[in-house]
Amino acid sequence: MARFIIQRLMLLPLLMVIFSIMIFAIVQAPPGDFLTSYAATLASSGSSVSMEQLDALRQQYGLDQPIPVQYYRWMVSLLHGDLGLSLEYQRPNIELIGEQLWLTLALAVFSFILTWLIAIPAGIYSATHQRSVLDYVLTVFNYVGVATPNFMLALVLMWVAFSYFDLSVTGLFSAEMAGQPWSWAKFVDLLKHVWLPATVLAIAGTARLTRVMRANLLDELNKPYVMTARAKGMSEWRVVLRYPARLAFNPLVSTIGWYLPQLFSGSLIVATVMNLPNIGPLLLRALVNQDMYLAGAILLIYCFLTIVGTLLSDILLAVLDPRIRMGQ
Amino acid sequence: MSSPHPTPLEPIVETESLVEERISVASNWTLVWWRFRKHHLAMASAAILIALYAIVLCPDFFSTQDPEFTEARQAFIPVQGVNFIDEGRLDPWVPAIVGKRNPVTLRMEWRTDPSQKIRVGFFVAGTEYKVLGLFKSNLHLIGARDQSQRIFLLGSDRLGRDQWSRIMHGTQTSMTIGLVAVTLSVILGIVLGGISGYFGGWIDQFIQRLIELLQSVPTIPVWLALSAALPRDWTPIQVFFAITIILSLIGWTTLGREVRGHFLALREEDFVLAAELAGCSRARIIMRHMVPTFLSHIIATSSLAIPAMIINETSLSFLGLGIRPPAISWGVLLQEAQNIQTLALAPWLLIPGLLVIVAVLAFNLVGDGLRDASDPYSK
Repeated sequence: MARFIIQRLMLLPLLMVIFSIMIFAIVQAPPGDFLTSYAATLASSGSSVSMEQLDALRQQYGLDQPIPVQYYRWMVSLLHGDLGLSLEYQRPNIELIGEQLWLTLALAVFSFILTWLIAIPAGIYSATHQRSVLDYVLTVFNYVGVATPNFMLALVLMWVAFSYFDLSVTGLFSAEMAGQPWSWAKFVDLLKHVWLPATVLAIAGTARLTRVMRANLLDELNKPYVMTARAKGMSEWRVVLRYPARLAFNPLVSTIGWYLPQLFSGSLIVATVMNLPNIGPLLLRALVNQDMYLAGAILLIYCFLTIVGTLLSDILLAVLDPRIRMGQ
Repeated sequence: MSSPHPTPLEPIVETESLVEERISVASNWTLVWWRFRKHHLAMASAAILIALYAIVLCPDFFSTQDPEFTEARQAFIPVQGVNFIDEGRLDPWVPAIVGKRNPVTLRMEWRTDPSQKIRVGFFVAGTEYKVLGLFKSNLHLIGARDQSQRIFLLGSDRLGRDQWSRIMHGTQTSMTIGLVAVTLSVILGIVLGGISGYFGGWIDQFIQRLIELLQSVPTIPVWLALSAALPRDWTPIQVFFAITIILSLIGWTTLGREVRGHFLALREEDFVLAAELAGCSRARIIMRHMVPTFLSHIIATSSLAIPAMIINETSLSFLGLGIRPPAISWGVLLQEAQNIQTLALAPWLLIPGLLVIVAVLAFNLVGDGLRDASDPYSK
């Protein structure tokens, strides 16, 4: 087990290097650089910069160097734990990303918990009460849930809240709390706001998970050992929860690996629509303004989270399912 | 054993054997079709998809007017309901809309005026357009009989453009993008997965590692970055193809894996060995003997992949990084609904989203039906 984890951990730096090359190639791909789009912004607002000033700035940021040199410099500073300077905000990227990263993770974890809390009982109910009214309702809900784009759901909920309850449900904090340092009150404020975006994010996942749980459990319920348990006089509740539910649960764990990363990336769109302090909108803005080091740093973080998510689920699966033996 | 009721049993036995005979001589595709036909939901969904692709072929025919025609004075006109009966006769009409500027908010407020009726007709003459870029026509499925009148079946947007016509054109882009992107993924998946599974060895290892790498890419952020990298001065057609390629770059991996699995399993089968001994070329073995055995399965899987592509395109365009105006797609249309104040004023701007849901649902149901139908072991 330990060997397996170490092997996987050793692969991590290699993957990160490949991803960093890919990401660097993508973020510097658009024609022009930050300064050309910066100059264009200035020009559209009426002021202007001289060519000399631009060249001086370009030299200062190293944007005049050939691409491999730029990449090398970026890697060196990354290895020193320096994510670089945002060209647009003129602040260290790590500061910009900092708190928003935690909120991104909090949102993902929150909706993840919500997904499982709803999906597992719903799946078990659907399987044990096959063809009941609620089973059909859940099935319809699942199909529609999968078919609805995240941002669409966010829009509809925001619209309903705005026009029928006169509520503004954007952001993760109320106006007076946003600038405050962390405190219990701020945490409670976060909980008051986080449920809506978390629900929006959780719906598609819940729909998918309920379907899988139902199908898995239906497979298990027909097996002879369930009949044996019933024949021995176990209560129906205990029969279902004790054995088949646990077996049906296992394959789901293996999907955490891609589900968690999906939540990180999925929250990007919802966060943009709902104006949440999340690294998603920050990435979007950085991409549009060609703030390449900020965009690169955020993309790298997404990749890192994805790899770690996959690793975590592999380990979890190995722990849960003794049939998976490593390295043999 | 002699049956106590020989007469009523006879005909049943006969039809059963007839049915059996039909089944045993039916081709695989006929069997799939028979099984698919039994899924009523899937059949209904297939009908919806056919209707949507009819719109894709010629959106202008279904539009009531030019989707780009702007008239700022007719902004945010609400949905006009069509009345089919007038004075006891079948004579479709929509009530005219009269606007008055609210003196306090300075906003136009629209009111329907049922006393003024705009006659609506089917197969009416309207703006001229080209069918598939080939021949000219000015026939429209539905429209105002009086060509000088505009009707807004699904309301108008902030520039006074007719949403109904824009949705028809958006359908063309969005439905095509899903299909093209999935076709590309299928080609990539079959070729690379096939190579991987058939040849094995180092090339298999390489492709497998590539798939693993691509699957651990966080899709949405990378898609965004790639689309942001597209030059701003590209034409809508170039952007369209670039977006489809971006979407299929990651989409092929799942399919590639599946194809590889099929090839690995089939390589050991007797009929492949027989074909090899008979002296078939490799290409012939693959295309003639191996691929047809899992083609129906691949089709089912890819029809389940189209809705994901549609949702992705819509999301990218909604964020302003996919299809860009003046091209119209469902995502571009939904961009109009981005502002919550606008949405409160004009909720009908969400209708394109409804269409996304319907299309995705239909694809999912058809895909499920096809998957069940293509499985030879299903009952």
